[in-house]
Amino acid sequence: MSEKKNVLRLDHITMQFGGVVAVNDLNLEVNEHEIVALIGPNGAGKTTAFNCVTGIYEPTNGSVYFNGEVILSNHPRGKMAKAYAGDYPTIGGKSIIKTPDVITKMGIARTFQNIRLFHNLTVFDNVLIAKHMRAKQNVFSATLRLNMTEEKRMRRETEELLKMQDLYEYRNEIASSLPYGLQRRLEIARALATEPTLLLLDEPAAGMNPQETQELTDFIKEIRDKYHLTIFMIEHHMDLVMQISDRIYVLDFGRLISQGTPEEVQNDPRVIDAYLGVGDEDA
Amino acid sequence: MDKTLTTNKKRNMILNIAAIAVLIGMITFLQFNSADYTYQISTLERACCYMVVAVSMNLLTGFTGLFSLGQAGFMAIGAYVTAILTIPVESRPSVYYVDGISPVIANLEVPFFVALLIGGLAAAVIAALIGIPVLRLKSDYLAIATLGFSEIIRALISAPQFNRITNGSFGLKNIPGFPNLYVFFGIVALCIVLMVLLINSSYGRAFKAIREDEIAAQSMGINLFHYKELSFVISSFFTGVGGGLLAMFMRSIDSKTFQVALTYDILLIVVLGGIGSVTGSVLGSLLIIFGREWLRFFDEPLTVAGVNVPLFRTGFRMVVFSVLLMVVVLYYRRGLMGTTEFSWDGLFGWFKKLPSRFGKRTDRKKEDTK
Amino acid sequence: MNTTLFLQQCLTGISLGGAYALIAIGYTLVYGILRLINFAHGDIFMMAGYFMIFAMAVFPWYVSIPIVLIATVILGVLIERTAYKPLRSAPRMSVMISAIGVSYLLQNLATYLFTALPKGYPEIPILKKIYNFGGISASLVTFLTPVITIVLVFLLLQLIGHTKVGMAMRAVSKDYETAQLMGIRIDRTISFTFAVGSLLAGVGSILYFTDRMTVFPFSGSLPGLKCFVAAVIGGIGSIPGAVVGGFILGIGETVLVAMGYSTFSDAFTFILLIIMLLIRPTGIFGEKVTDKV
Repeated sequence: MSEKKNVLRLDHITMQFGGVVAVNDLNLEVNEHEIVALIGPNGAGKTTAFNCVTGIYEPTNGSVYFNGEVILSNHPRGKMAKAYAGDYPTIGGKSIIKTPDVITKMGIARTFQNIRLFHNLTVFDNVLIAKHMRAKQNVFSATLRLNMTEEKRMRRETEELLKMQDLYEYRNEIASSLPYGLQRRLEIARALATEPTLLLLDEPAAGMNPQETQELTDFIKEIRDKYHLTIFMIEHHMDLVMQISDRIYVLDFGRLISQGTPEEVQNDPRVIDAYLGVGDEDA
Repeated sequence: MDKTLTTNKKRNMILNIAAIAVLIGMITFLQFNSADYTYQISTLERACCYMVVAVSMNLLTGFTGLFSLGQAGFMAIGAYVTAILTIPVESRPSVYYVDGISPVIANLEVPFFVALLIGGLAAAVIAALIGIPVLRLKSDYLAIATLGFSEIIRALISAPQFNRITNGSFGLKNIPGFPNLYVFFGIVALCIVLMVLLINSSYGRAFKAIREDEIAAQSMGINLFHYKELSFVISSFFTGVGGGLLAMFMRSIDSKTFQVALTYDILLIVVLGGIGSVTGSVLGSLLIIFGREWLRFFDEPLTVAGVNVPLFRTGFRMVVFSVLLMVVVLYYRRGLMGTTEFSWDGLFGWFKKLPSRFGKRTDRKKEDTK
Repeated sequence: MNTTLFLQQCLTGISLGGAYALIAIGYTLVYGILRLINFAHGDIFMMAGYFMIFAMAVFPWYVSIPIVLIATVILGVLIERTAYKPLRSAPRMSVMISAIGVSYLLQNLATYLFTALPKGYPEIPILKKIYNFGGISASLVTFLTPVITIVLVFLLLQLIGHTKVGMAMRAVSKDYETAQLMGIRIDRTISFTFAVGSLLAGVGSILYFTDRMTVFPFSGSLPGLKCFVAAVIGGIGSIPGAVVGGFILGIGETVLVAMGYSTFSDAFTFILLIIMLLIRPTGIFGEKVTDKV
């Protein structure tokens, strides 16, 4: 695996809220064209880790690298310097904190655990908005309609994307009126519209039945190949995870307790302990 | 299906052209009979000034989800800049009769459309300065900071220290009006059309994304601060222009014109018309301003059959308006238009539905099975 | 400026600050619990001024004060019940607009009922009696305001920290829905919060207007805004913060007036707000809150 190009690397990431260390000294790597899963019991800190990667949270300590470039790097400051309770010593150095929009622009897109569509807008507009970021225009040219080719291109690409996702027939529907499964698919389509190289999926199969989950499994593989994506996902459906993941990281109480191929993780006693010992796993 | 679509389109096009023609016809009629309709014209002009401001408030509040209460302040900036730059140089000594005029502005006179533009730009620059600290924070602070700013502007305008620029509490007069009605309505229409074009552009969609969900918008590569600032600055620009138009319409202004009550009037218009609907704001400003004129009798003592009705006296009209605002907020939160815009299809649809609303039940069933 | 004059000005500032603090607490309590800028709070304060005028026309001052306080509390709770409660599940902007609507309504109602002309505030002879302390002479109310403020704040902190209803208030302000699940009666707690806020505004109104001597329909709007700013400067949601913010504004304003910049004393408040938002948006005592995503 090491010969592959590294896309995402978390280096001693710790996220602390007040006295609670939600993610503690997390190290992980995602390589090009891989599908990597992050699993763990509820409250293990998986979504927090995602939020650290996408810049929604500023990690308390540690660095995040994307394609070898630092996108986030922080160490405890102010009040946190005293309260810091992570395992790894503070890294020091200069803090680099890129905002979520810059990180998206660099090529990381994501979906959310609790779907975050633009609820009152149409399906078409939801995807079209994602195209805005890469459009060559300014507020004058857009308002005065000086560059209609750009607008037409955005619309055309949105149409293509919707057709590809079988969402085209719903294009004029209001996003919140779609059934749950389609909303999830729309969220993925919207993420793809930002033209990412790394796609972060936060529980894409949540609330899906086995058949839908199977369809989603195929779909994830398909988009990975089609758009040359690297995929990093949080998922509770073990069938899906074991089927498509190249590698798996297991998180429990904010700490990494296991990593490796699906077989390795499945047979790791610590993982079994974490899931069965806690006993609140309901996925 | 396609055929009805194209015929509908054609019909809408014809209706649009007809509507514009009717509007121009009306303006022409008023222009040539202006002496007979002074009162109606002045009410209409006031409504149009408020309209520009209401639409610009809607751009910010309805489409970007930000709540500013600085309308009166930004209007004051636009109005004073326009006034200072357009009052004829020869009549300035009589305007600044108290302390004289500052030599910096004594001979500065520009055509009114340049003055309006500069007034708008001045409001925009100040908005940008306020936005830098405030828009990075939770949106609540914008309301309070702009409301505070609005009060500061009023205090500064009436401060004796600025007598030589703003003429302090004496106000400015001799502001030239518009050469004709076409110019006035043309500017109003231009402002509104520009804002509509912006709202329907890629940038307008980005604003709506922020309104819908800030975190999701950020994850779509939209920089929250930049876009909020952009929306706030553009909205304030048009608010400033609206203020300039009001100054030219009123011909004389002072700091009392721009009290917080002015902001509340605009807010009432936007809420009544529907937060998120441009046509709603247009309709709202006509209704409120004309309504206020028609309801003037509320403020006068009313005697019915020799008995004096006790409620009717000075101030009652404003109580009625504030109750109206509360009723709309509490019971008709969508206002007249909600977030939808006026369209011919919508209008015809509404007419078609009318019989089913009032008609017998069987009619409604038919409608449903269709 | 000599020392006596300086101390005199300080006392005036502290006294004004005390009145501001009492009103600012009302803002901070309501914001803490509903995340709402209660734009009507300043107008409740103004109405309390009118209540006093009418109460004093009939009763002696020691009867009038309780009447005014009770009437103010009723008004505050009534506003909460009619204008905010129906909008519990509505977007926050609607509630804010409703608050502005109430403010507008109260101002217009006051103009309609009592005319726009300032009305003389009744004198409470004891409060206006001039006392002399080490060369500083001021009316009793000036000396009394900071003391009353501190005592009321102390009682309020006890109430919030050590009683059942105080615990409910803290729970609701932390997490509305969870508090409901824990069996806390949300509506009752919120009404109680408004009652406390209005009571303090009533007290503040008596102290403030006794010094100002007139009430008019808009006399609540600017002090109201300033007190909200005081609450933001102190850290919105924090009671000690509101008190500190109130004193900072009161003293700052008095100093500016003493220096001859009375025109800019109002602007000072908002410049302070902008500076505070730039350097420490959470205020002096505020804690940073991370929204859960």
